[in-house]
Amino acid sequence: MSKITYREAIRAAMREAMRADPRVFLMGEDVGRYGGAFAVSLGLLDEFGPERIRDTPLSESGFLGAGIGAALGGMRPIVEIMTVNFSLLALDQLVNHAATLRHMSGGQFSVPMVVRMASGGGRGMAAQHSHSFEGWYAHVPGIKVLTPATVADAKGLLLAALEEPDPVVVLEHATLYPVEGDDTPDAPMEIGLAAVRRPGARVSLVTYGGSLPKTLKAADELAKEGVDAEVVDLRTLRPLDMDTVVGSIAKTHRAVVVDEMWKTGSFAGEVMARIMELAFDELDAPVVRVCSREVPMPYAKHLEEAALPQVGQIVAAAKGLL
Amino acid sequence: MSIAHRPPHEPALDREHAHELLAQMLVIRHFEEKAAELYSGGKIRGFLHLYIGEEAVAVGAMAALAPEDAIVATYREHGQAIARGVPAASVMAEMYGKANGCSRGRGGSMHMFDAERRFYGGQGIVAGGLPLAVGLALADRMQARPRATVCFFGEGAVAEGEFHESMNLAALWKLPVLFLCENNLYAMGTALARSESETDIHLKAQNYRVQSEWVDGMDVLAVEAAVARAAASVRRGDGPYFLEARTFRYRAHSMADPELYRGKDEVTEWKKRDPIASFAARLQSEGLLTEAELEALDTEAWREVDWAVEEAERGEWEPVEHLERDVHTAP
Repeated sequence: MSKITYREAIRAAMREAMRADPRVFLMGEDVGRYGGAFAVSLGLLDEFGPERIRDTPLSESGFLGAGIGAALGGMRPIVEIMTVNFSLLALDQLVNHAATLRHMSGGQFSVPMVVRMASGGGRGMAAQHSHSFEGWYAHVPGIKVLTPATVADAKGLLLAALEEPDPVVVLEHATLYPVEGDDTPDAPMEIGLAAVRRPGARVSLVTYGGSLPKTLKAADELAKEGVDAEVVDLRTLRPLDMDTVVGSIAKTHRAVVVDEMWKTGSFAGEVMARIMELAFDELDAPVVRVCSREVPMPYAKHLEEAALPQVGQIVAAAKGLL
Repeated sequence: MSIAHRPPHEPALDREHAHELLAQMLVIRHFEEKAAELYSGGKIRGFLHLYIGEEAVAVGAMAALAPEDAIVATYREHGQAIARGVPAASVMAEMYGKANGCSRGRGGSMHMFDAERRFYGGQGIVAGGLPLAVGLALADRMQARPRATVCFFGEGAVAEGEFHESMNLAALWKLPVLFLCENNLYAMGTALARSESETDIHLKAQNYRVQSEWVDGMDVLAVEAAVARAAASVRRGDGPYFLEARTFRYRAHSMADPELYRGKDEVTEWKKRDPIASFAARLQSEGLLTEAELEALDTEAWREVDWAVEEAERGEWEPVEHLERDVHTAP
């Protein structure tokens, strides 16, 4: 099978869903003629036309809210927010409306909408285009949060999101778009399952999204030093599959949690708290985390690298537990 | 008590229809009076925003709409819900927080929903409902359904970015949405002139090339005619429409509001144009309503409100074991 990239996998999922279901359509800033700020939707306008590949004005709250309304009206919208930073302009619609309507209406209305957005740092985009806010979204009951880290997941989880009856937020770490893979699924994957990406026995490295490649590299480094690390990819943050995490810790008795959010209030903190609640007796060492430093993302390469979790820090954190 | 939809070409004023409009306004007036009493008595909790004084807007508007049209309402929506045909008992039970309420006790006063009547809430964030209405209209357009989505909001909403984004989107995409602004002159305690550089707010919509006009929101027939006209235009595919209904709320913003920001004289002046009293007087002067008929309608309205309270009292509490239901669709 020929290789495809993460961005092509997302495009393939959208194309297949739109071919299969006339209710599915994509809207967002520059998704049509421009082909998407990250070229994810490139070429879809030619196949599906401007009604279904719908360019919007720069009105995040307006068009995300229109996505909610369209979903209420029987459509299956995919709303692309260019980056997670701009999603702050649409927080009211996502948190106050999309997430609440089902419960607030006593179960009468569902919002089958998928919101995709690019997230994360590492590309020299500085303080207003590099955020990781997936933990904020995972905080909110009523929306599901997916963080695909592999090419296969980029397609399989998006296909799954498009079959959900309720709102789903998909965070695509921007450094993953050019990553290549060769096995994409034809069918939707199940939402809510973590995966062991590398089996190991001495320490569990728990991560998701854009931090997975770094964490796998750290496991390689550790292996060179004789430390057999297991890597767990959470894949979805809400619902959160703690069974897989606890199962890993039952083997290794040690855990490092890696994510790109700022340490204070990071999603890693939530994972650590759950490990404490569910697997305290399994632990032979305190759980530690590697997160971003508490600073607005700086522009200069050396400063940005110092602000983000790096392979060396993950290796050091793991070794510190042994 | 839903009023049968009447096509816009029919003459607005015949005896039976007029009585229906009056009856519905009386039900809403008394429902709200009762709600205030129940709130003070501790039966209703949270916020309570009363519609007293504004009845002609919802009643006139709903009379002009068809069952297949969609409604997006505000948090001052008891009257909007009742006028749309949501049973008063179901609205009252919701305010009690009972399982027989129209949102099963999850929404309360601000969040009435009714899927069967295409009543999409009871939205508590000012201007938050406008993008939803744009999307409902987009869904109709994409599925080639000739129907209108009507979005209620107060004049306070026009200061929000979501108002401007929604006007632009609706006009840009020529969507079948009717924006119905209930201008009651006060955004909580902030008078229109203290918050807007342009107080003639229907002009704001014109700037987005949205057809717009204002209507006397104290005149139920004027509202009905204007909404019928606007909805017909929207359904025809002529793009969005903005209607500003100039009205007034007699009561405080909510039960928590001591009303320090306006004088009693202003309220007294507006009450002279009361939508119920003025409509009744007009019908009497035209020989379409007798004093005895008015009394009978009033008695019947109270009976409906009393029935609503009885049903709310009789309702069951949602079991606490159901607390986390309907956060997500059950698998």
